[in-house]
Amino acid sequence: MTPLTIYLLVATSLFCLGLLAVMTRKNAISVLMGIELILNSAALAFVAFGKYVVGNLDGQVAALFIIIVAAAEAAVALAIFLNLYRVKATTDLKQANMLKG
Amino acid sequence: MSLLSNLVFLGFIVLTVGSAIVVVFHSRVIYSAFALLFTLFGVAGLYVLLDADFLAASQVMVYVGGILILIIFGVFMTTKISGMEIPEITHQRFIALIPVGLMAFAISWVFISTDWQVQTFAAQPTTEAIGELLLTRYLVPFEMASVLLLAALIGAMRLARLFRGSDQQ
Repeated sequence: MTPLTIYLLVATSLFCLGLLAVMTRKNAISVLMGIELILNSAALAFVAFGKYVVGNLDGQVAALFIIIVAAAEAAVALAIFLNLYRVKATTDLKQANMLKG
Repeated sequence: MSLLSNLVFLGFIVLTVGSAIVVVFHSRVIYSAFALLFTLFGVAGLYVLLDADFLAASQVMVYVGGILILIIFGVFMTTKISGMEIPEITHQRFIALIPVGLMAFAISWVFISTDWQVQTFAAQPTTEAIGELLLTRYLVPFEMASVLLLAALIGAMRLARLFRGSDQQ
């Protein structure tokens, strides 16, 4: 097994664990952590391909943009969760069932 | 690769995947958040092994120093002091394991069975090259990322004050 395959398998397991967190967790912050795992797995796959197949820095720049988007997404998501907590006094996603709350 | 670097590689993989398992399966959110810290450090270590030094530094600074602190703040600000936690164990977990397991099997099978044209490239210092790429070939995505960050900054501040603002009206 080449190192590339090992990196890709690590990225696969991170992706599937993040997907499992998104599907099974009830707390909104846990779901956000699952999304971070998924984004990290994608970035890891980008960098691994960049080193072993492509051989230039395009994969690393893509991973850098993934980090930027993750930062923006986490900030906005946590602001939304704080609002949800002020309205509903919980971050249980089952309670987040109203519009224009 | 020498034996030592193989051991370091294996150690980072175990750290990353093991703490990711804790993130997903631990029943308390704050433990998950701290396990996510080790996952992100493990991914940063894998970046170092992939010759991506600048990316590893940004991973540690942005993810561990920014996003993770934000998540831990979020956990603290949305958990009651009395410790009433949302029960996290659901029966959906066992149902969800089936499609996720199928997906893991499918992706792994594709990755293992594909004949990748692996080459070895010499490791270069990346910081200067990435800076040059960001201002030449990736200039438009770079500017869009700055606009996105500005929009997220303003939007997050507006959202976080939204409830108080509408209360006064």
